[in-house]
Amino acid sequence: MAAAQSWSIYDRRLAWALAAPAAILLAVLLVAPVLMMAVYTFYTFVTAGVESATLTLDNWKEFLTDSYYHGFLWKTMRVGAITAIVSAVLGYFPAYFIWATTFRHKWLLLLLLIVPFWISFTIRTFSWIHILGEQGLINVTLLKLGVIDQPLTMLYTEGAVIMGLTHFLLPYMILNVYVSLESIDRTLISAAQSMGCTSAQAFREVTLPLSLPGLAAGLLLCFVLAAGSYVTPQLLGSGRDALFGNLIYDTIMGELNWPMGATLSIVLFVVLGFFAAIYTRYMGMSQIVKGLGG
Amino acid sequence: MKLTTTRRLERLHERYANGDLSRRTFLTLTAAAATTAGLSMPWMGRALAAATEVRFDGWGGTVQDAIDKYAFQPYTAKTGIKVVQGTFGDEDEIITKIKTSKPGDYQVVHSSGVNYYIKYINAGVNSEINEANIPNLANVLQPMIEPFRKLTPKLSAVPYDYGTTGIAYNTTVISPEEAKEKGVGLLFDKKYAGKVGGYADMTTRVWYAALQTGQDPNAIKDMDAVWAKVRENRDLAKKFWSSGAELMDLLSKGEIVVTDAWSGRIAALQDQGHPIGYLDPKGSYAWMEDMLILKGSPMAECEELINFMLDPATSIAVAEGQSYPPSLDPTKVKLTEKIEKLPAFDPTGSMKALTFADPIYWADNEDAWTKQWNRIAKGA
Repeated sequence: MAAAQSWSIYDRRLAWALAAPAAILLAVLLVAPVLMMAVYTFYTFVTAGVESATLTLDNWKEFLTDSYYHGFLWKTMRVGAITAIVSAVLGYFPAYFIWATTFRHKWLLLLLLIVPFWISFTIRTFSWIHILGEQGLINVTLLKLGVIDQPLTMLYTEGAVIMGLTHFLLPYMILNVYVSLESIDRTLISAAQSMGCTSAQAFREVTLPLSLPGLAAGLLLCFVLAAGSYVTPQLLGSGRDALFGNLIYDTIMGELNWPMGATLSIVLFVVLGFFAAIYTRYMGMSQIVKGLGG
Repeated sequence: MKLTTTRRLERLHERYANGDLSRRTFLTLTAAAATTAGLSMPWMGRALAAATEVRFDGWGGTVQDAIDKYAFQPYTAKTGIKVVQGTFGDEDEIITKIKTSKPGDYQVVHSSGVNYYIKYINAGVNSEINEANIPNLANVLQPMIEPFRKLTPKLSAVPYDYGTTGIAYNTTVISPEEAKEKGVGLLFDKKYAGKVGGYADMTTRVWYAALQTGQDPNAIKDMDAVWAKVRENRDLAKKFWSSGAELMDLLSKGEIVVTDAWSGRIAALQDQGHPIGYLDPKGSYAWMEDMLILKGSPMAECEELINFMLDPATSIAVAEGQSYPPSLDPTKVKLTEKIEKLPAFDPTGSMKALTFADPIYWADNEDAWTKQWNRIAKGA
């Protein structure tokens, strides 16, 4: 009897034992590093590469009083939001198409979404230099066609950064929306149409509202990943197009000022965590988990 | 252990044979080595095993290709010791990695002279070289060694090459006459707005802004004027590059037509047939690079590697391959015609024709200026 109790599937001890490896990994690989970074924010910067454990609030004071950081934080939120919205607009239609198509090999379309991940993200970002550059594909084509007589300035601009980020994040958006659409009971659409709705009305009244959790999950994911990005602005943007991640990189790697770099990292962590928390409060995380799981 | 001990005893014997050691000292040291060997336990062999590889981190690209081909590969063929290589685009990046790793993970760094030497010293990661193990150090230019010795009487690094950051320009857009006439002013010429480049590095930006304001970069009086010029240059710039490969890409693809640039990378572009000119204006920023050994490294092997790299035949081959003059003293070692034609080459060996950054002055201002430059680069 005692043995049966100890191995019950609902046993709390068994549940803890099963969750323990993941919990330990999370504590060691996520919680502990974040806490260490948080402690670092109170360290004193001595000179490049040297800091002392003398506790100070100077780094936080600098962040809170210096508009330079606030400007970049705002800009990062703005670029993240634009990227997420552009990804949503561009991503919804392919997701809808994949869901609605009667094509026998739908798996092939989904596979095409994943194919870009087989190529290095950096290489994919670099490829835009050869497309947007002065001697890139677009400019050369337009010049040869006589549409323009001077190359267009597209590379090393904020537009190029947003384009690069959208290119990187679009599959995440499409997968999230697609998973959401897949969970819709298609008989609801048939029912709406049988009650007199046109296809457009059925989409507006049934499909779109029911796919919103996926769209919202995609928006959050794209926003968080875009706002935290560093490589794309570095490669496709000019100095002015840097995001908060680049500020963190320069502070830690360029100025070798770890305490300030840690402060900025914690700020970004808290801000992005705030948006994730709001989403979780109203939508729950299950949609994102489904979307990432395909 | 076997390799290291053998080599050490060989060197000891050589020094004794050369008369550098007394018979008594030689016998004492040999006896000590024998006692150590006799008392050693089986596990000590594994614990003290000689390094079978040395870790090297450098700038990548054509520079590291030359070092690999003409120094590392022959060194491995001769000694059996592999040189495991890593690269970095910015030396601060490797300093961060060194700081967060354990001693010995990183061993030899192709470092950017005394300005960076101070950073390693401040971080406490520099080693102490036994100069007796690097006999080829005798051929190295004394004016290059002195600044290092001023900072640490016992060296942690050995100068290896030098060059300048001059002005490179696209000759299909800018004539050599115009370049010569305008010099540094080319970087601030509104005519080339949107086609100007530059190294995304505080020292280079401040250096050229100081020259443009008519100030001595090693004793700047009006820093506000310098920052104003840095901003002016930023507003004209299309992109500040952060690696030699990016510099070559921007120039060769015509994205930029004028930039400050590393002489060796421009020589490589010229060799490839690109229409790129190069000039060193008065006060052009000269720099030197060194092979720095970090604390916790297998010193004997690292010293041996550096000694091999400084061997005149090796050093000359590397210099020709990377297009930067070697640190060898031309009054002591016969260099080749190709090296003598390299930009920045100083045939006198005095280095007086080149303007290097005063390490103390720049180190004193490094933190504040780097922070300000990072802000200006981002539009502040």
